[in-house]
Amino acid sequence: MLTIKNLHAQVDQTAILKGLDLEIAPGEVHAIMGPNGSGKSTLASVLAGREDYEVTQGSVDFDGSDLLDMDASDRAREGLFLAFQYPVEIPGVSNLNFMKAAINAQREHRGMEAISAKDFLALVKEKSALVELAGRLRDRSVNEGFSGGEKKRNEIFQMAMLEPKLAILDETDSGLDIDALRIVSQGVNAMREAGRSFLVITHYQRLLDHIVPDHVHVLSDGKIVKSGTKDLAMELEEKGYDWIKEPAV
Amino acid sequence: MKMANEEDKILEEVTGKAYEFGFTTDIDSDKAPVGLNEDIIRLISSKKNEPSWLLDWRLKAYETWKGMTEPEWPHLSYAKPDFQAISYYAAPKAKKELTSMDEVDPELRKTMEKLGISLEEQKRLSGVAVDFVMDSVSVATSFKDKLAELGIIFCSMSEAVQEHPDLVQKYLGSVVPVRDNFYGALNSAVFTDGSFCYIPKGVRCPMELSTYFRINEAGTGQFERTLLVADEASYVSYLEGCTAPQRDENQLHAAVVELVALDDAEIKYSTVQNWYPGDAEGKGGVFNFVTKRGIAHERSKISWTQVETGSAVTWKYPSCILKGNDSVGEFYSVAVTNNMQQADTGTKMIHLGKRTRSTIISKGISAGKSQNSYRGLVQIMPNADKARNFSQCDSLLMTDQCGAHTFPYIETKNPTAKVEHEATTSKIGEDQIFYCLQRGIDEEQAISLIVNGYAKEVLNKLPMEFAVEAQKLLAISLEGSVG
Repeated sequence: MLTIKNLHAQVDQTAILKGLDLEIAPGEVHAIMGPNGSGKSTLASVLAGREDYEVTQGSVDFDGSDLLDMDASDRAREGLFLAFQYPVEIPGVSNLNFMKAAINAQREHRGMEAISAKDFLALVKEKSALVELAGRLRDRSVNEGFSGGEKKRNEIFQMAMLEPKLAILDETDSGLDIDALRIVSQGVNAMREAGRSFLVITHYQRLLDHIVPDHVHVLSDGKIVKSGTKDLAMELEEKGYDWIKEPAV
Repeated sequence: MKMANEEDKILEEVTGKAYEFGFTTDIDSDKAPVGLNEDIIRLISSKKNEPSWLLDWRLKAYETWKGMTEPEWPHLSYAKPDFQAISYYAAPKAKKELTSMDEVDPELRKTMEKLGISLEEQKRLSGVAVDFVMDSVSVATSFKDKLAELGIIFCSMSEAVQEHPDLVQKYLGSVVPVRDNFYGALNSAVFTDGSFCYIPKGVRCPMELSTYFRINEAGTGQFERTLLVADEASYVSYLEGCTAPQRDENQLHAAVVELVALDDAEIKYSTVQNWYPGDAEGKGGVFNFVTKRGIAHERSKISWTQVETGSAVTWKYPSCILKGNDSVGEFYSVAVTNNMQQADTGTKMIHLGKRTRSTIISKGISAGKSQNSYRGLVQIMPNADKARNFSQCDSLLMTDQCGAHTFPYIETKNPTAKVEHEATTSKIGEDQIFYCLQRGIDEEQAISLIVNGYAKEVLNKLPMEFAVEAQKLLAISLEGSVG
C-alpha cells in the first residue's frame, strides 16, 4: 500500500526527516510513536502533500503510483486521507455540503457520476452513527464552534464517508477525554478491513489499547529507530522515550 | 438538499475564465448625437412624449448639474468621464407594441437566453415577472395582467410617465432630490427609462419583481431611473440584476433608485451586479456611479441586499432615511473586487424617527491588485430617541497586493441611542485551502466554498434564484485569485 524509502524532508531549510523507511501492507495498522519534535507530524504533512514541506531525497510509492508526483487533492482522490491534528474551521460552509463536494470530487476522479441526494443522506446516516455524531454537528459549519473532541470525531466521520485506502491519523487522540477516545477508536476499528491501511501517529500508548496496531515504530530525529509489535508500545510507556534515544546495545 | 444540489451544479459549471456575458447584440439603434446640452434634453423628452413638468424638471436638474463638480472624496482613482463624448439616448428601433413574447425581436431574445433569463423560462419556472431593459427602453413586461388584478403597477418609467403621471410627479425626486449629488443630478436631467412600481395599500406582492438591466450599445451611457412606492401596509420584494457586454472603452452608468415605504410597508430590494470589470490590466469596464436611497415611514422597513462583483469603478451607497417612528433599515452587502477593480461602497442610515433600528452587514472580498472600501454613515438625529444601529464590516484579503479599507462615520445627536460597530480583516487561510485539498477538493472549488461561506450571512438574504446566481458570480469573479 505504502512504501517509503530513504525519505528526507525539510521545512524552512531545516531538515526534519532524515532518511525514513517504512512499508505498510494492505490491511495493516502501523503506529508511529516518538517524542515531540521527532518528525511525526512532518511525516503526516509530507505524505498529505502540504506545500511548505520540501522533500529533498527519497521516494514514496502509494499503491503503485509515485505519491510525491501528485498534488494534495490528487493524493486525496487516490485514496489517501489525513485526519488532522488540528482540524480547520471553515465558517459558513456546512459540514454536509463540504462532504458532498469532497465525495463528488473523488467520484469524478474515478469517472463516477455525482452522488444522488438520497444515497448521500443514507451514507451520512450510516457513517455518523459510527462516531455518534449528532445531527446538530453534521449540519453546522465545518468544525466551527466544535469542541476538541467533536472536531476529532468529525475527522473520523469524514474518513468514514470518504472510505480511503490509506488513513493517516495525526495525533487524533490528543485532547480527547476517555469517552471521545473510545468513540473515535470504535469508528476506526469498524473501518479496518483487508484493503485498507492505517498509519496511526501518536505520542501516547493509550490510543493503542483501543486501536491495536500490527506494527509499532519509534521515530526519533527524523528516522525510524526501532520497530516491533504492540509490546514495543507498552515498553515505551513504561520506560519513556529516553530509553530509545540511547544507542542500542 | 435542493440548495446543496444547486450549489454543486454551480461549482461544476464554473470553468470558463473569460467574462461570460461578453457578447453584443446587433439591433438597429436609434441614437442621439454625442454630447449634452439643453437641446439633447429636449430631444429625449420629446422622443418620450413627456409632459411639460417633466421637461422642466429635467432642465432644472441640468442647470443644477452644470454648477456641480464630480466628488473627489471616494477612495477611487480613475480618468473622469468626458460627459460631452457620450450619447445620451439610444433606443432599439423596433418600437411597435408588444402583446406577447413571440413579438420580441429574435436578436433580443437570443441575448436574453444567453443571459439565462428567457422570459418563457422565467414565467414557467420561477414565477418572476421580468421587466427587461435594454439600452434604456423596456421591451417586454410579463405577468402584468396578473399584477394588475391586485392593483400593482409594474412597468417601465416611460410608460408610468404616460399612464400614471400623478404618482410619478408626486414621488419622482422625493427621495433623491435633483441637487443631491453630481451623478444623481445628471441622471435626473437625462434618464431615458427605468422601472416604476407601485404596490397599493395592504397588498402583498405575490411574486418577486425582477428587472434585468443591460448596457448594450457601444459608447452609450446608461441612466436608469427606478421609482418604487409601497403604499401603506404593503410588501414587495424587488430584484435587480445587471450584466453588460465586454467593451474596451469605459462605459458610464449613473442610475438613481428611489424607494418609498409608506406606513407599515416593507420593501426588500436585492441587486446582483456583474458588469464588465475591465481586463486584468484594468482596461475597459463599467463606471458604476449609483444613487440608491429609500425613505421609511412609520413602522415600515427597507432592506437593501447587494452582491457587487462587477464594474471597473463602483461608487454606491444604498441608504435608508428612517423618517417614521419604529421604522427599520437594513443593508447587507458582498462586494468583490479582483484585478484592477475599485469599489467604494457602503450605506447611510439616517435615523430621524424614535426607536428606529438599522443593521449593516458588509462583507468585502479583495483579490488581485484591487481596492475595496466600505464607507458607511450612521447618523442619529436629535429626535431619534432610543435609536439603535448594529454594523459589522468584514474584509477578506485574497492576495498581498490588494487593499481593504473601512471608513465608518458615526454621528450621534441623541444620548439615548445605541450604536455598535464591529470590523474584522482576515486573509484567506492557507490552512483552510489545504484542508479542502486534502479532502480531494481542488483549489478553485476550495476558494469558492470558503468565500461563499464567508459571505453566507448576506447571500442568505437573497431570494433563492438570486442566491444561486450570486454564488456562481463569486466563484467566477475570484477564479485564480489566491496569491
